[in-house]
Amino acid sequence: MHPAFSVIFLTTLIGAGQGLFLALVTGQLYSLANLLQPQDSLSFYATGSFLSLLFLVVGLLASFFHLGHPERAWRSAARWRTSWLSREVIVLPLFMLLVAAYAAVHYSGLTGSLFVLQDVIEVDASLLLGILGAVAAFALYICTAMIYAGIKFIEEWHSPLTVINFTLFGLASGFMLAAAFSAWKGVDLVGFYSSWAVVFTVMAAVSRSLSLRRNSHLVHKSTLQTAIGIRHKGIVQNTQGFMGGSFNTREFFHGASENTLRLVYWFFLGMVFVLPVLLLGASYWLASPYLPVAAFAVQYLGLMAERWYFFAEARHPQNLYYQSMA
Amino acid sequence: MTQLALVIDLNVCVGCHACVTSCKEWNTSGWAGPLTDHRPYDRDPTGTFFNRVQTFEVGEFPKTETVHFPKSCLHCEEPPCVPVCPTGASYKRKDNGVVLVDYDKCIGCKYCSWACPYGMRELDEYQKVMKKCTLCIDRISNDALPEAERKPACVLACPTSARLFGDVHDPDSEVSMAIREQGGYQLMPEWGTQPANHYLPRRKTCIQIFEDELERADNPLRKEAPLPAAEGETLDDVSF
Amino acid sequence: MLDPMDYNDQDMGRVEVKNTTCYMCACRCGIRVTLRDGEIRHIEGNPDHPLNKGVICAKGASGIMKQYSPARLTKPLLRKADAKRGESKFEEISWDRAFEIMEERLGKIRKTDPKKFALFTGRDQMQALTGLFAKQFGTPNYAAHGGFCSVNMAAGLIYTIGGSFWEFGGPDLERAKLFVMIGTAEDHHSNPMKVELSKFKRRGGRFISINPIRTGYSAIADEWVPIKPGTDGALILAIIRELIHQGLFDRDFLVRYSNAAELVIDDPEREDHGLFKRVEKPVEEGCFDPQNKLWWDRDLDAAVGTHTPGCDPRLLGDFRLEDGTPVKPSFQLLKERVENYTPEWAEDITGIPAETIRRLAHEMGVTARDQTIELPIQWTDCWDNDHDTVKGNPVAFHAMRGLAAHSNGFHSIRALGILMTLLGTIDRPGGFRHKAPFPRPIPPCPKPPKGPEDVQPETPLNGMPLGWPADPDDLFVDEEGEAVRLDKAFSWEYPLSVHGLMHNAITNAWRGDPYKIDTLLIFMANMAWNSSMNTSRVREMLVDRDENGEYKIPFLIVADAFQSETVAFADLVLPDTTYLERHDAMSMLDRPISEYDGPVDSVRIPVVPPRGECKPFQEVLIEIGSRLKLPAFVDEEGKRKFRDYPDFVVNFETSPGSGIGFLAGWRGKGGEKFLKGEPNPRQWEMYAKNNCVFHYKLPRSYQYMRNWNKGYLEWARAHAMTRYAEPITVHLYSEVLQKFRLAAQGKRPGKQPPERLRKRVEMYFDPLPFYHETLESRLVDTHAYPLNALTQRPMAMYHSWDSQNAWLRQIHTHNYLFVNPRLGKVNGFHDGDWVWVESPHGKVRCMARFSNAVEPGTVWTWNAIGKAAGSWGLTPRANESQKGFLLNHLISEELSACEAGEHMSNSDPVTGQAAWFDVRVRVYKAGADEPKITSPQFVHQPAVPGQQLRKGRWQAYFAGVFRNKTGISK
Repeated sequence: MHPAFSVIFLTTLIGAGQGLFLALVTGQLYSLANLLQPQDSLSFYATGSFLSLLFLVVGLLASFFHLGHPERAWRSAARWRTSWLSREVIVLPLFMLLVAAYAAVHYSGLTGSLFVLQDVIEVDASLLLGILGAVAAFALYICTAMIYAGIKFIEEWHSPLTVINFTLFGLASGFMLAAAFSAWKGVDLVGFYSSWAVVFTVMAAVSRSLSLRRNSHLVHKSTLQTAIGIRHKGIVQNTQGFMGGSFNTREFFHGASENTLRLVYWFFLGMVFVLPVLLLGASYWLASPYLPVAAFAVQYLGLMAERWYFFAEARHPQNLYYQSMA
Repeated sequence: MTQLALVIDLNVCVGCHACVTSCKEWNTSGWAGPLTDHRPYDRDPTGTFFNRVQTFEVGEFPKTETVHFPKSCLHCEEPPCVPVCPTGASYKRKDNGVVLVDYDKCIGCKYCSWACPYGMRELDEYQKVMKKCTLCIDRISNDALPEAERKPACVLACPTSARLFGDVHDPDSEVSMAIREQGGYQLMPEWGTQPANHYLPRRKTCIQIFEDELERADNPLRKEAPLPAAEGETLDDVSF
Repeated sequence: MLDPMDYNDQDMGRVEVKNTTCYMCACRCGIRVTLRDGEIRHIEGNPDHPLNKGVICAKGASGIMKQYSPARLTKPLLRKADAKRGESKFEEISWDRAFEIMEERLGKIRKTDPKKFALFTGRDQMQALTGLFAKQFGTPNYAAHGGFCSVNMAAGLIYTIGGSFWEFGGPDLERAKLFVMIGTAEDHHSNPMKVELSKFKRRGGRFISINPIRTGYSAIADEWVPIKPGTDGALILAIIRELIHQGLFDRDFLVRYSNAAELVIDDPEREDHGLFKRVEKPVEEGCFDPQNKLWWDRDLDAAVGTHTPGCDPRLLGDFRLEDGTPVKPSFQLLKERVENYTPEWAEDITGIPAETIRRLAHEMGVTARDQTIELPIQWTDCWDNDHDTVKGNPVAFHAMRGLAAHSNGFHSIRALGILMTLLGTIDRPGGFRHKAPFPRPIPPCPKPPKGPEDVQPETPLNGMPLGWPADPDDLFVDEEGEAVRLDKAFSWEYPLSVHGLMHNAITNAWRGDPYKIDTLLIFMANMAWNSSMNTSRVREMLVDRDENGEYKIPFLIVADAFQSETVAFADLVLPDTTYLERHDAMSMLDRPISEYDGPVDSVRIPVVPPRGECKPFQEVLIEIGSRLKLPAFVDEEGKRKFRDYPDFVVNFETSPGSGIGFLAGWRGKGGEKFLKGEPNPRQWEMYAKNNCVFHYKLPRSYQYMRNWNKGYLEWARAHAMTRYAEPITVHLYSEVLQKFRLAAQGKRPGKQPPERLRKRVEMYFDPLPFYHETLESRLVDTHAYPLNALTQRPMAMYHSWDSQNAWLRQIHTHNYLFVNPRLGKVNGFHDGDWVWVESPHGKVRCMARFSNAVEPGTVWTWNAIGKAAGSWGLTPRANESQKGFLLNHLISEELSACEAGEHMSNSDPVTGQAAWFDVRVRVYKAGADEPKITSPQFVHQPAVPGQQLRKGRWQAYFAGVFRNKTGISK
């Protein structure tokens, strides 16, 4: 598939935004359980969820560049019964709304206890919104990932691993962002978020490795034989029927050389998995607020490369019909 | 329910591209038009077509088959491109099974094209909406045309009549009979999309000549040049 | 978006539907053009047309893009005074000025030496008019593209069976059981061929394709027999040998309808050696092949007149006539000729296993013999025998340029004619069928002028510009036996060059050999590009100057509808119309579209007005003809006779009161006559009402066996299609050729070849076909240049015409050199690599594409897709010029000097057919540092005034609004 930058931005940005929100909610839950110091509503939760919202909005804006007719984007909520894309289109704004509300609640300090659960847990509006938001965040991971995983013809994507990867990458980058945010804010949650970020990064490394391994061994169901219905091992396309290119050659081929592909592969492995972990590790000793920020920046760049590779490694069966011109 | 479709006979297709340009010609000024071209007189000209003819070579020289392969939307019975459309712009008609796109609803997200394993949809990159074969819906449903001409432009154009058109759900239709009797098959059956369009395979005619058929009693050579008489003596001269 | 069920195409604008005839190639299919608000909405095949029966091809369906193409010329242009020829710098002028220039120039030439005006035309369909104009002007220097197209096919078969393929005749696939196609990818008569081919296959017929390349029609063949180019003759001769040896020939057919049993004088000492023994018998004057020959009667063991009732002649043997003359039936000579052409011999030459050759022969012979067709059609032959049935042997053939475009093509094609005759398939069901006006006498009656005296100032040419020599005295030569025509047609160099040698016209004019000319008028022929051999050199010749600084070809007029490469070299450019803008007549005087069942001609009637100042070339000729007062165009007082071309078509008669004109249908005052009859003022109307076509179906008894069908031949004579009703006996043995040979041997009085050509004529004018290596292969080191290079015409394009077509050029944007992967492996290059193709005459850099559908000794490419940068309305960056290439640069128009002369044409020595496919090449990888564009490249050709180049990168054609939106003026 041809990597579409609008979609690369969309998925990586909202993934991180969702992850950041989840990190904030996790922090809130931990502090509720008295495992962590409570944080300031305004400077931490409100600012943090604004940051999350920023990622979501930029991601959403990026997605408009993918559309031929962004002015009709509103129409795309119509087919939620059948289309994961339609579902994403519904869940994303819903989630954004929840994040915004969550931010607003923290911002305006409306965190007074509403009721107490089992005499221990003080439930306030932010917690309710946080939990709803968390559910929506996970739903959004699923919707986004299922857009890809749901197409059975693109076998590289058609796997639960795609959903797991999208979720783990979102969580890793989101918690990494939370660590960076904490470091930047001078909040004492760097270690907490860093640890989770490392955990998610390692998990993502495992699941992405599994999908890379799966894809490299993938035997495609469709072959030139089934594509044109002729049984013979030696079928070669002579011409695809046109020479100046078409939508089919532009949309479904990455057009990059094997070398570029290899380069991107190693780049994203290093940038997503190795370097951020090293940087976070270093931040334990050096306690520099810049290192977590750098770790997130590095991982985010790496994720863009990963998403590019995600597209490039997917071989659409239609490509069987577009192999040669003459 | 009616399911209109094309049946393409690879046994007679000579790859002339008549279906390609007659399709373009009809549809660019029709209901589904225009079919835009980009850089029409410049480097790498490209444009929207609903139909293409490809060529494949099968086997190594000298046992080579050259197969011309026309390719357009297969109007699947289970079209994977339709449910993924977030707006409902892509739809399959209930009355005749034709898969269409409503350009006014299309947001140009290209998702339907990803969901088509055959690569049968093309985005018009000028109008930014997805376009595809309509089976010339504005011809086949046009009552002003004589019955014989209510067919897709490609079908009418095809010089080898390699394109049959009709209802594949009607067991007695020309297309159903062709599929049944001439080994009609679907593309990429592994996906369960149940394309309505079918293809008919190559068929070979051979002549068998038996050794004893080569020469017949009326071989014209027998009428010519009787065996020359032996020169010199014969047994008649020397025996008794 | 409106639901399609509620949408109605007719409501989108004002709709008109008009019938006319296509011209996106030379097929001439009937088309129905739908207009919306005066703009073309749709072009479809006319279901009521006999030729295409409603179908249309890729080109035909893309006519819209030709009509509105930015390559269209729209103004008459004159080369700017300060511009050099070839720079493509022009100023717009008026038609008046253009006519003044031509009137003055041509008038002067006609008054002094008319042959200094040369008119050569490309794939036009108006040779009846262009030829008439040349004859009236008085110049012999006229020809159309036939000489570099397929004249071998026309001459080879017409000199053998009195007809040929395509316009002249074709395979009867309706009733054939076995169809053998030799060397045709996509070709002439393409839609009818496609229609018939698919029906044939569906009926269960067996289709064998013999071709170095498997594309197009060959793709659907039941069997592909790859053959080395230029060796078809060897294959056919070996098949003939096998058929004769197996006795798989139609003896009865040979005896009655060919000269197989006729006795040939066989005494090399005699002056009349190799001629038929003829007896005194009254013969009609002018008849070339009278029925005064002999058979050897098996019962009487003596010679008798041919077709003596009750006689069954010998086909084999050698005999002595009463006067002691040794004679042999010509079949005996044929048998002797093919004796050594064994399948094993042919295997080495053709690359086809001997076993396959034998099998092919057996398939043909057994099918012809055992699957005989007998139709209940009563007919009478020329010897008054009544037949209750028409018989046929269902083996049909088709061949075109693959056989023809070799210097040994004439004899290969003669061999094919003989093969078809041996199988008994001439004008019979399931075999070969003629199309009116064929069959014609062997050879047909029209003759070229006979000598320099036939060209006189202010006088029409004495003779036809093109004709059919029957013996050496018909040659158009001076006292030294040298050529009178510029292209040296009908000289001893190429005696039977019945379509001329357009491919040598520019080189000869440039060299001044045989003489210099003044004005060259080229009509729709791309002589500065794909229609010339040795293209780079020809482009130099067109701009070359003599010691006085004058161009060696002083004045060049180009009439074309499009900005071709040749336009750049014009001094005067005349913008022609497209086929949708003009009247045309596909005339019985030229090459009509007849069907097997009878004569058919057709017309074009404009469906849209001409764009800009475009003027149909016919109108130009009539205007000049009238201004120059050429007799056919003016009355006795010298006043213009015809208002315009439509008026000319209606009222012109070949001679006053002849009743023969350009159109055969609806003649006579009220349209009640056909073929011959007074002009009918309402003829156009009647064509318009009848789908633009006139089709006369012969009575069934006249539809077959027409060479010898008394009823038909008398009908044809009565309707002025032929001069004689004599039977047209198949020339298994060609006495015509033998007469030229005898002249070369000095055994014949009359015209004699120059000494340098005696051996050549003696060798190639063999009365029986023989196989020889191509001339090029004999002169070139075939080890250094081991490969054959061919071009083919793709189905979606016609010659150079369609790169300007926005839709078609997306299908073929540039061309590759197709090579067998084995060749790449041996020579160290890969699929898609840049390679050099080199011949002894030049080299071309291009991209290679591997293909298993080509014989490993052959490389090939699609023809004429490569363009010069900036031509045809394309930008200089267009793929056509940057990645596309032309094989012509590798092919020389002349052979290297040899005994026959210094500047012999690279052509068949019999017919002058351009030997395009003889070229030998080698292929090797281009250097890694070389630029990734094709070579050679030429200076960009700028657009000319009047060309409406499209602005913007997008084009969205929607009939009814397009012209306004894009600013195309009418």
